[in-house]
Amino acid sequence: MAFLLVPVLVLLGLAAVLVMWGIGVYNGLVAARNRVKESWAQVDVQLKRRFDLIPNLIETVKGYMQHERATLEAVTAARAAVGGAGTQAQRLEAESGLTAALGRLFAVSEAYPDLKASANFASLQEELASTENKIGFARQFYNETVMNLNNKVQMFPGNIIAGMFHFGAETFFEVKDEAQREAPKVSFS
Amino acid sequence: MWEQIAANRRKSFLLVMSAALLLGLLGWAGGEYFLGKGGGAGGVLVALVVWLVMTLAAWFQGDGIMLSVAGAHRVQKDDFPQLFNIVEEMTLAAGLGRMPAVYVIDDPAPNAFATGRKPENAAVAVTSGLLRTLDRDELQGVVAHEMAHVRNRDIQLMLFAGVLAGAIVILAETGLRGMWMGGGRSRSRREGGADGNGLAALLAIVLMILAPILAQLIYFAVSRRREYLADASAASFTRYPEGLASALEKISLAPQRLGGATSATAPMYIINPLKRAGQAAANATGTHPPIDERVRILRAMGGAGFVDYDRSYREVTGRGGVVPKSALAGDGAQAPAARPAPDRPAPSTRENARQVDDFFYRKGGYRTVACACGTTLRIPPDFATPSAKCPRCGTMHDLR
Repeated sequence: MAFLLVPVLVLLGLAAVLVMWGIGVYNGLVAARNRVKESWAQVDVQLKRRFDLIPNLIETVKGYMQHERATLEAVTAARAAVGGAGTQAQRLEAESGLTAALGRLFAVSEAYPDLKASANFASLQEELASTENKIGFARQFYNETVMNLNNKVQMFPGNIIAGMFHFGAETFFEVKDEAQREAPKVSFS
Repeated sequence: MWEQIAANRRKSFLLVMSAALLLGLLGWAGGEYFLGKGGGAGGVLVALVVWLVMTLAAWFQGDGIMLSVAGAHRVQKDDFPQLFNIVEEMTLAAGLGRMPAVYVIDDPAPNAFATGRKPENAAVAVTSGLLRTLDRDELQGVVAHEMAHVRNRDIQLMLFAGVLAGAIVILAETGLRGMWMGGGRSRSRREGGADGNGLAALLAIVLMILAPILAQLIYFAVSRRREYLADASAASFTRYPEGLASALEKISLAPQRLGGATSATAPMYIINPLKRAGQAAANATGTHPPIDERVRILRAMGGAGFVDYDRSYREVTGRGGVVPKSALAGDGAQAPAARPAPDRPAPSTRENARQVDDFFYRKGGYRTVACACGTTLRIPPDFATPSAKCPRCGTMHDLR
């Protein structure tokens, strides 16, 4: 029996190493997936904040911008689209639309000196511009965590473990249109 | 990126261990010298106690001590909305769970630092001079650099490294002073006849002279590398290297010298606060890399990824890479592109300057009275007269 002992021990040792490796990879995958969830929650918080700021903005600018009804309605409509979005993909589409509509609103607001002089508008503008930045930065970090997860899920040999436990790749939050990618033109002066 | 944090933790540990070894050696030599043959163990004990006390103090009070030495005041969002927004933005970009506390130092020299033992209780401090001189993009670059120190666990490393270096300096100074005073039981023994103690004495002297220098070198070597890495991270957070580059340029050109900085706290600032403007900053004991080099690297990046920073670093300095492989791999197949320069006019810093004034006048106990003509009167706390006249329109204001 002694002659069997050595190969059996070696095999057992190899199996143990393999299991340890599998546990490490699995835990790494779970950590990566949790990071994606966490970072998405951050994006979500900022998107909601923007959603809540808009009625206040519309109320403030309405009196000054009588001739820009179309621009204001576009913002309201884009906000309603966000509220009515069902799936995640629709939601992201609608959020991009809202970013673009807000960008146009701030662009045309440059032509209204009375509006720009209003203290209420100035502080609201810094808040919205910063919220826009925060969405951008939270999105940037979210995409980083998604790439980290996707690398782990798709690269060999980790993909074997990922396949066994049904870890899937996540989708990036991209801003599609090149015009929308531009941050809204907001002046801080 | 997470691998980078783990690597930093390992390095922290290694550094602390090697410095602790140096400390122990110093303690042993000192013990042999002062307590006589076989007193090494006692010396090591003394060294360990000194270090332990200092480490505990740093662990529980380190950030508080650092902030109070610098004269920093905690501020809230209502005091500095823009600064607060920027810190929040960079917290998101760095993916930190919690926003660091924000502090402002009343000092005309533009500078900034981050401190704290964990990202969860970190603090970011900027001087009022920084708020007065930098526009929003530049301020964002500086805050991003500090946030990188928080995210990469540099603040923790610097805290421990600083404490160890400090303990070694204290022990060596005390030891050397004791020797000049002719202390130690060893003197009588040494006169009695040469034995192993003579060697211990020699070793003690050499160590006491060399150890502080070695400790400072370890400390500085670590801190310089961190600065490059924090610059690289700042560029990748903001996607706008030019913001930090132009901020560094403005800070380095400012003629003021920071008041509340010492050689122990200097490595924590974004720019070495102890260097005079125009003085050559590059040498072996410099805590910070030369500023013009940092600016040139940032401006030659092209993109905004770690890969771009590493390539630019090689080109500008002619030295090997500075970014760890794990961080380079984090960029993936495509390094993030840099944001184009904004086409809006340079934002004014007037609003920030006004907030700085408001905040510190309020801190100083000043009262503000708004006059109908648009002038704001600031009334000093020791103003005895019951009424004040507006200098512009002559209206009398009742102050009671």
